[in-house]
Parts: sequence; structure tokens; C-alpha cells
Amino acid sequence: MREQISLVERIQAQLQVLQESLVAHQAEMAEAVTETAAVRESGNLGLTLFVFALAIFLGVELITKVPSQLHTPLMSGSNAISGITIVGALIAMQNVSGFAAVTLGLLAVITATVNVVGGYLVTDRMLGMFKSKKGGQ
Amino acid sequence: MKELIYIIASVLFILGLKRLGSASTARQGNLMSATGMGLAVIATLAGSGFAWGWIALGIAIGSTIGAVAAKKVPMTGMPEMVALFNGSGGIASLFVGWASQVNPPGGSLTVAEAIPLYLAVLIGGVTFTGSLVAYLKLSEKIDGKPIQFKGQQIINIALLGALLVFGILFSLNFSGLWIILAVVLSFTFGVMVVIPIGGADMPVVIALLNSYSGLAACAAGFIISNTVLIVAGALVGASGLILTGIMCKAMNRSLSNVLFSGFGSAVAGGSGKDVQGEANPISAEDTYYILEAASSVIFVPGYGMAVAQAQHAVKELGALLEKNGCEVQFAIHPVAGRMPGHMNVLLAEADVPYEQLVEPEDVNPNMPAADVAIVIGANDVVNPAARTDETSPLWGMPIINVDLAKTCIVLKRSLRPGYAGVENPLFFCENTRMLLGDAKASVQALVAAFKED
Repeated sequence: MREQISLVERIQAQLQVLQESLVAHQAEMAEAVTETAAVRESGNLGLTLFVFALAIFLGVELITKVPSQLHTPLMSGSNAISGITIVGALIAMQNVSGFAAVTLGLLAVITATVNVVGGYLVTDRMLGMFKSKKGGQ
Repeated sequence: MKELIYIIASVLFILGLKRLGSASTARQGNLMSATGMGLAVIATLAGSGFAWGWIALGIAIGSTIGAVAAKKVPMTGMPEMVALFNGSGGIASLFVGWASQVNPPGGSLTVAEAIPLYLAVLIGGVTFTGSLVAYLKLSEKIDGKPIQFKGQQIINIALLGALLVFGILFSLNFSGLWIILAVVLSFTFGVMVVIPIGGADMPVVIALLNSYSGLAACAAGFIISNTVLIVAGALVGASGLILTGIMCKAMNRSLSNVLFSGFGSAVAGGSGKDVQGEANPISAEDTYYILEAASSVIFVPGYGMAVAQAQHAVKELGALLEKNGCEVQFAIHPVAGRMPGHMNVLLAEADVPYEQLVEPEDVNPNMPAADVAIVIGANDVVNPAARTDETSPLWGMPIINVDLAKTCIVLKRSLRPGYAGVENPLFFCENTRMLLGDAKASVQALVAAFKED
């Protein structure tokens, strides 16, 4: 009887040790995971910054060659492109919960859509009027 | 797969922007860019967990507002419309940023997400209220005059300082309180930076705010590491900045002068020489005889023409002159109209073929050979003081040299100076004739005279 009790106690003690080491391991592992995530993220950030820098230069190169007669449609057309934030608005509506988040997401979708749809349509309307002597009419 | 479609969308944006650079491909370019947008949206939605009902509702409301506004707006109201659409894009980025604070994309925020999040809210907010003020000034719902008061710069610096401090605090504890404060302050800042700028400079402001809305979208892209947002946002950010520079150059102003001086105080540097002389008036009938005998005529339309709604009459006159065997060109100054290129849109609406629209540097060499130059509602962009008078505030501005044409006819309501408040020696030139009165009525009288013949 006494032996049995001591065996149980010993097993319990063993389990305790195992559990402790498991917890310690888990923490270690979690740390490792966050570390790799951080490394991956900083790699991502570097890459996205690189893309950003290239896109800026590309934008400059594209626009310097536009004649002034097209500046109004260009402004309106590039304004429509800035409606790309609609992608962000849609992602904000993914796995969304709570009144505040849904409201903000909905407002983002509405305003971004106004920018996209209105911007492209009005640009098209303007450009539809630019007629060539040979071509249109 | 998603990334691949995003790359295709980005390429379509780039090709679209490039094609917007030439009149014959511009419409196609806009269509390409719209296709890219459609692809990006579809690729984004190819996933699970979306609140479909809310998304459908949002897209339905947004599309209706956008489509109705785009269909209804008159071409003269284009600058206001672009301002409103731009403001809408700006506040969309603000909402995206704010939503990411309330419901972080990865469950919790990191500093690398918090910084672009704060920037999206800040830039989006400034773009929104700045665009609204620009809209109100352009549509003359509020006075277009620059509003300046003592301590304005100090308030602006204080606002910027507070925004910076809140930004640092936000990146430390990610608290929503700082975002709410940033929304309020950025709204205020947007109003503060645009009210001291005069209505005539609003196009520059819209171009700059267009650039901002691109950068706001770009910041939103950094929150969720989304490449298509970053590429498209950066393209718009860069192009808007370049356009702003081009416009400032055409107006002979520096960007800082536009943003900080308020219009009118820029003129204080020198008011130019006093112009003495007598203007020679001319009747519509005599103008008809001159035009009837001319073999080359250059029209120089300005915003006054759009105000008088005379573009259709002008187009008709141009067509009649052509039928009479005369070579007709329209010289368009980059800043004619209320926004660069606006005059081209207005003339295109009146069915003027775009081959007849020429830029100052192309038309000026032919000016001495032109029989008649007709100035309709333009003033500062044809002021020869920009070439001849070093003390003039317009000195150095590229102008259309109508004074070098054999005869120059100026259609004008009165002899008052243009919006820059500068006297125009053109009116007193020997070869200049003033056809005073409403521009539309004058042109219609000329059209009638041609038709009688």
C-alpha cells in the first residue's frame, strides 16, 4: 500500500517535470516561430519597399511624356487608379466581426467604389469626345 | 495564383497609364486600367470568409453614386468632379486604415503595420477634407479668395507636431484613441492647408491631392503587404507629383509659392510697368471682313470662353472659316480652362478634332505668318509682358505670342485685367483690335455674317 502510494507520487512528480519541460519547450518553440515570422516579415518589407521605389520611378517616367492636352483625362484616369484601395477595403471585410469593424469596412467599400466606378466612367466619357478628323464622326 | 493576377493587374495599370499619353490610344488605355482594377477585385474576392452581404451592399451603393455622378456632370464642372472622386478615394484609405486597427489583419498589429496604418489614416484624411474644400472653392459654394489669418502657420505647425506625436504613441501601444485623434486632426489639417490657396490655383491643389490619395492607397498596401496596392498607389503618387510640377511651371509659379503665399500676395513682388495707350475697338462686321480675307486663323480660347458657353459657336465659326479655304488652328495654353487640359476637353465636347488643337511651343513659330489670331476669353496667357517686361509678375511665363500675328482680335467683356491683376499691353498694340461684349454673342454674330454670305 505504502509502496503503491510512493509509486503514484513518483509518477506524479515525473509527470510534473515532463509538463514543465513541455511548457518550457512550447515557449521556446513559440519564440522560434515568431522569430522566423519576424525574419520573413522584414524580408517582405524589404521587397515591398523595393517594389514601391521602382513603381515611383516608373510613374515619373510614364507621366513626363504626356502632352498637356491630355492632362485632365490623365488626372481623372490616375485618380480612378488610386481607387485600388478598394482591394484593401475588401480585405477589411474578410473575417470581419463587430459593429465598428463592419461599419468601417462597409464605408471603405462604398467610398472606394465611388472612386473607381465614377473615376473610370467619367474618364471614358471625356475621352469618348476626343475625336480625330479622319476617324470619328 | 492570386499574386499572378495582381501582377497582371499592375501591368495593365502601367500600360493603361502609358496609353493615356496619346490621344488616339487614351480611351483604350483607360479601359485597360479599368480591366486591371476588375481583375484585382476578382482576385481579392477569390477567398473565403468574406462578409458577402455587406460587400454587395457597399459595391451597389458606391457604383450607383459613382455612375450617376459621372453621367450627370457637365464638362465645365469636371475639375469639381475630379476633386470629389479624389476625396472619396482618400477617405476610403482612411477607413481601410481605421478598420485594420479595429480588426487587425493578422490578429494583432506589429510596428511594421502600425506605421503605414497611421499614414493611411493621416494622408487619407488630409486628402478628403482638402479635396472637399477644393470642390467648394471650384464650384463657388465658398469664396474662392485665399483665406489667410495671423498665426495660420503656427497652427499648421502645431497640428503637424501633434500628428507626429500621436503617430509615435500609436506605434507604441496601437490604441484606437490615437487613430480617432488622428482622424480629427488630419481633417482639420486638410482644411487648413487648402483654405489659404486661391480658387484659381485649385487645379494644382487637386493634382497634389491626387498624388496624396495614391500615397494613402500605397500606405494601405503596406498594412496588408499587398503588392498591387503598393504598385498602383505609387504610380498615382508619382504621376500626381509630376503633373503638379508641370502645372506650376505653366503658371510660372513654384509649388511652395502656390501653397504658402496665397494668390495676390505673389503679385506684390512687382506690379509691372504701367501701360499707357489707347485700345482700338472693332465692330463684328469689320471683324467679319478681316476673317473673310484671312487664309490662316489661330483661335486662342481661355476660361472666359467656357464661362460664356461659347465653345460650340466657336467650333461653328472655325468650320465656316475652313469651308472658306482658311487654315484653322486652336492654340491651347496648358493652363487654359480651370485645370490643365480642361480646354481640350471642352473643345472636344464641341466636336473640334484634336489635330486642330496645338500647344504654344508648336504654334508660336508660325505666329508671324498667321493672318489673324482671335483671343476669346483668355488674358494672362497671351500677355506679351511675360516676354518684354522684367518687372511684370508674369515675366518668364510661357505664353502664346498672339501680338506677333498680323492682326490680333481680342474678344472681351471689358478692358479689365485678368485674374492675376496684371495690365495687358496686348490690348494697346497697333495690330490689336478689341471686339468688346459677350464672347458668345460676338462669335454668334460672326457666324451669322458668314452664313448670310
